[in-house]
Amino acid sequence: MAAFEEIGPRVPVVESTRVDKVNPRARLFGAIRATLVVIVAIVALIPVLVMGITAFKIRADVVASPPKILFDPTLEGFVYLLTERALASQARLQELQQQAQTGEVGLFERIALQSGQEITGPSDYVFRLRNSLIIAGLSTIASVVLGLFSAYAFSRFNIAGKNDLLFFILSTRMLPAVVVTIPLFLMYRQLGLHDTHFGMILLYTVFNLSFSVWLLKGFIDEIPREYEEAALVDGYTRWQAFYKIVLPQAVTGIAATTVFCLIFAWNEYAFALMLTSEEARTAPPSIATMLGRGGIEWSAIAAGTLGFLIPVVIITFALRRYLLRGITFGAIRR
Amino acid sequence: MAQVTAPPRAGGQAQRRHLSDRALMHLFIWPTLILLIAVNVFPLFYSLYLSFTNYSAIAGKPPVWIAFKNFSNILNDEQLWQYFATTGRYALLSVSLQTVLGFSLAMLIRQKFRGSGLVTTLILVPMMLSPVVVGLFWKLMYDPSFGFVNFLLGFSNPSLAPEWLGSRWAGEPVPGLALLSVVIVDVWMWSPFVMLLVLSGLNAIPDYLYEAAAIDRASSWVQFWRITLPQVAPLLLIAGLFRTIEAVKSFDLVMVMTGGGPGDQTELIAVNLYRQAFQGQFQTGRASALAYIILIIIIAVSNLYIKYLNQIRGEG
Repeated sequence: MAAFEEIGPRVPVVESTRVDKVNPRARLFGAIRATLVVIVAIVALIPVLVMGITAFKIRADVVASPPKILFDPTLEGFVYLLTERALASQARLQELQQQAQTGEVGLFERIALQSGQEITGPSDYVFRLRNSLIIAGLSTIASVVLGLFSAYAFSRFNIAGKNDLLFFILSTRMLPAVVVTIPLFLMYRQLGLHDTHFGMILLYTVFNLSFSVWLLKGFIDEIPREYEEAALVDGYTRWQAFYKIVLPQAVTGIAATTVFCLIFAWNEYAFALMLTSEEARTAPPSIATMLGRGGIEWSAIAAGTLGFLIPVVIITFALRRYLLRGITFGAIRR
Repeated sequence: MAQVTAPPRAGGQAQRRHLSDRALMHLFIWPTLILLIAVNVFPLFYSLYLSFTNYSAIAGKPPVWIAFKNFSNILNDEQLWQYFATTGRYALLSVSLQTVLGFSLAMLIRQKFRGSGLVTTLILVPMMLSPVVVGLFWKLMYDPSFGFVNFLLGFSNPSLAPEWLGSRWAGEPVPGLALLSVVIVDVWMWSPFVMLLVLSGLNAIPDYLYEAAAIDRASSWVQFWRITLPQVAPLLLIAGLFRTIEAVKSFDLVMVMTGGGPGDQTELIAVNLYRQAFQGQFQTGRASALAYIILIIIIAVSNLYIKYLNQIRGEG
């Protein structure tokens, strides 16, 4: 909440704001305005809520018409999403039911058992999620580290053609994914990087690099040069000054940049769709293809998207102070 | 202090430091530049070459130079012009709706109230979501029989209700409904972006402008047209340009929601490009040429965008 109150310079209390608070007409307008905003927010969040509740519905409830708002929550969707199952034979079923009664089987097994199924192992999706984690995580680290170095250099040193270089860096971000992918696809095939973790990490690193350079440069620009200059006078080398003086002060900026890069890499769909097929395929394209397979498992899809939703919502809250900066490449700060 | 002011020693040290600064500078920027060149610039040149050939990625034959044939084919292809037109309609409609909605939202939120910070953050959530996730749950929302959109709009009989992504209403085809449905989702997702930019512009308007206007007894209508709008205009422009670039590039949302259908009603140019490059015959050469045409359009818009960004940076 504090974030939006801190936007812009603090304004002194002038006559007009006082009148606003006392004047009944102004107060009424204020109340109407606030109600409207709240209504807009609720309408905006309906799709998110629908997805949230769908994840906990059983299959029959999902496709009920009219849609059910009240229902018995279940974890079936999550079981379908994360496991491979097979119909169990009669004998095996009884055995399992006995085990369930004595409490020897886990929660997921019991849910699968309700529809006469036995869990045979983790689903494909678990591997996709693992790929997503590895690729998004490592590429984020790489782009933030490289971005930090360049941002520092661009912020502090006189570099010939600095503005042109920065412009070039930003312009790479504007390229449509589909346009870059055609030659990349051929290159990767030649180099054996197609459908590999390394190939995707490299691609996402570069994809986020322009962003991280621009954002971090904005943060580093705000750290007064005098601190480093004092350190240099005291006999620090440039590297030490960077490492011991600038880095600790840029921690907030680094954290914000990291999270933004992580979200981009985590959400990315187009590159993953075109450059991976099996080994390195990430979660977003595989959620989308779940639609194609036989009967649509909406609850499983909802469960899968919920896994994407919750981290993002939490992060949005944590980052609300830096959102504006993030989406404008650090150009607009307030 | 004495050490620093002693001329010979300080001079020598400064020189050494200067050298190591230069080395460090190169060490700091070159990895980034090399990566960008290897993964972005080189592929662009490669595809420029391919766009003049008849190469197909799955044919197993080396590329054959056919000069401008791909380009002339594309420019004479009526269907592609239609896809460009669809993309233009999509961009125009969604960007203008986002601008109007985002601006109005910002005007509403401008005055703080209890809990306004929380509500503002909640409104921003859609913007941060993955387009795939958004596309999927809107697909569920739009479903004619069990979707929430028709339910909330009060259509109880599925056979009389609009079939949003199928471009039908009560069984009758309604051309453009599917495109409109995708536009609605894009607007839902990105209006908050415009709002956030406008809000920052609104907060930067100095109070004395309004005070002076109040002294001159200017009506709030006049204040809006003469102060608020001109002051926010640059940021509104930036938001619009950014969204235009994204709309021309638009791929994920349409791909997940309609896959270009029904028929080719929502076939945006980026979706078609994907189809030409990675499906069917893998017409790599022709797709590269099309990619270049799209690229030129985007570069034109991006240039404007970056120019205005730099202007704003210069002021701030």
